[in-house]
Amino acid sequence: MVGTALQRRLIWRTAEVVDLVDETPRVRSLVLAVPGWPGHQAGQHVDVRLTADDGYQTQRSYSIASPPSTDERLTLTIERLDDGEVSPYLAGELHAGDQVELRGPIGGYFVWAPAVGGPLLLVAGGSGLCPLMAMLRLRQAAGSTVPARLLYSSRSLDEVIYRDELNKLVAMENGLEVMLTLTRQQPPGWTGLHRRIDTDMLSAVAWPPAERPWTFICGPTPLVETAANALVNLGHEPARIKTERFGPTGG
Amino acid sequence: MAITEQELRLDGNAAAGLLRDVFVHEFTSVRGACATCGAEGEMGAQHLYMTPLSPGAVLRCATCGSMLMVVVRAGGRFRVGLQGLIWLEMQDEGAAS
Amino acid sequence: MSFISRGFKGRPRDKPRDARVPPGQYVVHDFPVLSAGPTPHPSLDAWTFSIEGEVDTAKRWTWAELRALPSETVTRDIHCVTKWSKLDTTWEGVSVDTLLDGVETAADYVMAFCDGGYTTNLPLEDLTGGKAWIAYAYDGKPLESQHGGPARLLVPHLYFWKSAKWVRGLRLMNEDTPGFWETYGYHMYGDPWLEQRYSGD
Repeated sequence: MVGTALQRRLIWRTAEVVDLVDETPRVRSLVLAVPGWPGHQAGQHVDVRLTADDGYQTQRSYSIASPPSTDERLTLTIERLDDGEVSPYLAGELHAGDQVELRGPIGGYFVWAPAVGGPLLLVAGGSGLCPLMAMLRLRQAAGSTVPARLLYSSRSLDEVIYRDELNKLVAMENGLEVMLTLTRQQPPGWTGLHRRIDTDMLSAVAWPPAERPWTFICGPTPLVETAANALVNLGHEPARIKTERFGPTGG
Repeated sequence: MAITEQELRLDGNAAAGLLRDVFVHEFTSVRGACATCGAEGEMGAQHLYMTPLSPGAVLRCATCGSMLMVVVRAGGRFRVGLQGLIWLEMQDEGAAS
Repeated sequence: MSFISRGFKGRPRDKPRDARVPPGQYVVHDFPVLSAGPTPHPSLDAWTFSIEGEVDTAKRWTWAELRALPSETVTRDIHCVTKWSKLDTTWEGVSVDTLLDGVETAADYVMAFCDGGYTTNLPLEDLTGGKAWIAYAYDGKPLESQHGGPARLLVPHLYFWKSAKWVRGLRLMNEDTPGFWETYGYHMYGDPWLEQRYSGD
């Protein structure tokens, strides 16, 4: 069990964009160098604060997609929402060398580490994959063989974030399985899942409740609620199902 | 010798060390019990109502929807309403493990 | 503050250009949705609006009865304590004067109460004299639930948290008692022109 950790007061730090990676047509990763970054756990997030030249400020929370490390760097993966206030800026306007203010790491609830054990059931929709990717990357980096399954709902194959990396992780055959469901558009010959996540899908994908998996669900609120309710109805322990909803933050 | 009522009563000040141990925890993994329905769970598992333009943040019980906590950032101070919680539970970091 | 996010503009907003915008506010063109809880969806068949508390005789209207009362269409500027203002918003509803007509009371204060448990307190005199309405239409259309429908209180001369969404009645009080946000540190009165955001302002 990850305990309640003592912590210091959060301070705003100035991070520098050192790399930009286009993950899909609408999703971009920002690799940030954050001097003094104290490190983080897989699943934690940061607050990002933006300030316009007239002093107007707004802030949003973003999950950290990179695994824990000691190099004072972290990666945020951001989906551009067309009518959003912040995401078109972060995932569109920022260049390498630009600076952003952030504070963190934040959160001790939606976190996983190999010591927590498994099996691990990860359920994500869209950019809800980000904090779960930090867990899978940590699992890989730590050499953990905790059995892990990822059920990922995406509108189309082109919109699957980290597709190549997920394929590589699966190919290592160390206990990770990835199941995609493509809800809007499937490539020719697609034989995989192609509907929204539902109880039948979870009963086929999830471990039996008797194996007491740790479950992390992240994505849009309807997906999170559907998946969490389905798992509870299938007999999974509510206390082992952790959720993170994307609210109507305005992007 | 009998201890008088007066002798039993200290200043709240004397709880400084104890309260410092309590109020330093990462709060989303702190457990609490809903004063309305009694449901227990980690704060991070409850429902939050907050947008960037909200006057404050309202944490509601995931089981019954009642308010657990309200946090308002009100002009240079925080005001935190806790009337929806019976108790909070966090790890005692000082205990021998 | 010194840090500027290069090229960040933020939500569309205008610098206050005229005397219509209170200090510290910026003008928005969308209509932000804020809420302290789930959006209630009451059945209009069971919906009522009440005037109760320190009154000689409590009054109550069904939805149909409220809609049958004379209505007014007003265009006003609204000012949210979280610093956005929206100009020339058009509402339709029943004047609180109409609802209080014939109500005998010695009370000086009102608690507006709502579906979902929200409350807010106001002086009675801020609800009378053509200053407040129970609004059920916005911009010519039935008021959407996310903006407080079926009906919300509209008190545009005070910060907009006083314009309680999903309002179900007014409880008249002899003493000023804090409502929901007022309990947690917001101002008891909330005049945007005096920037009365928080208690002590």
